[in-house]
Amino acid sequence: MRRERVPIVVVALAAVGAAFFILPLLGLLVRSPWRDAVSSLAAPETIEALKLSLIASLSATGVALVLGVPLAWIYARVEFPGRGVLRALTTLPMVLPPVVGGIALLLAFGRRGLLGSWLDRSFGITLPFTTAGVVMAETFVAMPFLILTVEAGLRSMDRRYEEAARTLGASRWRVFTRVTLPLIGPSLFAGAVLCWARALGEFGATITFAGNFPGVTQTMPLAVYLLLETNQEASFILSLVLLLISLVVLVGLRSRWLGSV
Amino acid sequence: MRIRVSLLVVPAALLAACGNGGGTSAASPQAMSLRGTISVFAAASLTDSFKSLGTSFHAAHPGVTLQFNFAGTPTLLTQIEQGAQADVFASADTTNMDKLNGDGFTTGTAQVFAHNQLEIVVAAGNPKGITGLADLAKPGLIYISEAATVPAGKYSLQALAKAGVTVTPRSLETDVKSVVSKVELGEADAGIVYATDVKAAAGRVQGVPIPAAYNVVATYPLVAVKDTKNSAAANAFIAYVLSAAGQSRLESFGFLGA
Repeated sequence: MRRERVPIVVVALAAVGAAFFILPLLGLLVRSPWRDAVSSLAAPETIEALKLSLIASLSATGVALVLGVPLAWIYARVEFPGRGVLRALTTLPMVLPPVVGGIALLLAFGRRGLLGSWLDRSFGITLPFTTAGVVMAETFVAMPFLILTVEAGLRSMDRRYEEAARTLGASRWRVFTRVTLPLIGPSLFAGAVLCWARALGEFGATITFAGNFPGVTQTMPLAVYLLLETNQEASFILSLVLLLISLVVLVGLRSRWLGSV
Repeated sequence: MRIRVSLLVVPAALLAACGNGGGTSAASPQAMSLRGTISVFAAASLTDSFKSLGTSFHAAHPGVTLQFNFAGTPTLLTQIEQGAQADVFASADTTNMDKLNGDGFTTGTAQVFAHNQLEIVVAAGNPKGITGLADLAKPGLIYISEAATVPAGKYSLQALAKAGVTVTPRSLETDVKSVVSKVELGEADAGIVYATDVKAAAGRVQGVPIPAAYNVVATYPLVAVKDTKNSAAANAFIAYVLSAAGQSRLESFGFLGA
């Protein structure tokens, strides 16, 4: 096959585009104090933020799986009026500024919120300033990634396998767990990982809805933001850790589940 | 309405500029000649008062456009040290000002232009019946504060220590304004902020005074930033803030004079 001649303008613009993303990463790499990396990462504050981030982002992914897969299933399989609108509403946080998401969460689940005031009155449950609040903020922002990925997987799968299983007498639940889930496994995995990575990086909705307190609601991105004011070197190192995690997720997903790099 | 405001403001500003002497003694010609845009990086607690000062300064110097960047003082410091284009820096404490000065980012001497005091901010009507610092430690009460890097957060800790009150905040917000807004939203029951922040949100929240024995007086200095490309306009703004007109305007927002 003859190699296509690439127009020089395209190459030049693409190079500028690539540099735009790569230079900031280089900046972090160059400015990070490698000598202090270990002590920065081992600082109790950092460990606390890292632990909270992992717990919250994994919980958010769990909630997203439990609630998001049924939504994706309905979007892919059930025709009903308003489906497009509902899908848009449940994936809105992908394009919404996270701070706006945080304010909306306060107005719904805050102490004076639509549902939050009832929770507070009836059960004495308040969500802002709690780890549960962090999980909610992260779920709100990250679940759409899972919904869309799983919906795409469900739409592209061959439904004849399910029909065959049904004709062989399998119950609907058995078909779902033994046929459907394995078939959409790659999308499910990709959706969950994307959702987790997004949750891990969540900042705006978290600080607005859940606040900022070490060990309770101060996740890694919040710690990075505050460290920038007190200990810049540590904040560079933490940024780099978040960056590496994101990079590993993206490269891993692309090579394994979303076709070759 | 607009005309009436400018009629009031212009003479006041001009008078003030004349009265200030020194650099702005040639007020009228200079007012005409000043041009350009300057960026003022000011502590979050100055939001309303500086916007108002900006309007009257612009009326006196129509050629100068002011851009404000309001945030927690340490955030502003970081931005300036990372190369943000700032012309004037107004800090809510002397510590951050000294740091910027020590790192070589200022020109001229920082001048104190205002003082402020702490108050407890509670929801309008004070539903939890908070009467003083000791009440902040009541069980079940949601108290939030600012991070200790934010001047107000540091002052809050000092006030609580003087009063011998131990209370763990539920959140450490990044500036005073977000403490006020979370109390206003009803998510938190109380926080310690500046008296001026309570005044700015009057009606929506209310203040509980902190006795002088426990209170901390915040000192606000401002300075021209070293890399300013328009030091004439930057210094004119600083002179205006320090002028009688600027001072009385700050006092109308609840600040104590320089």
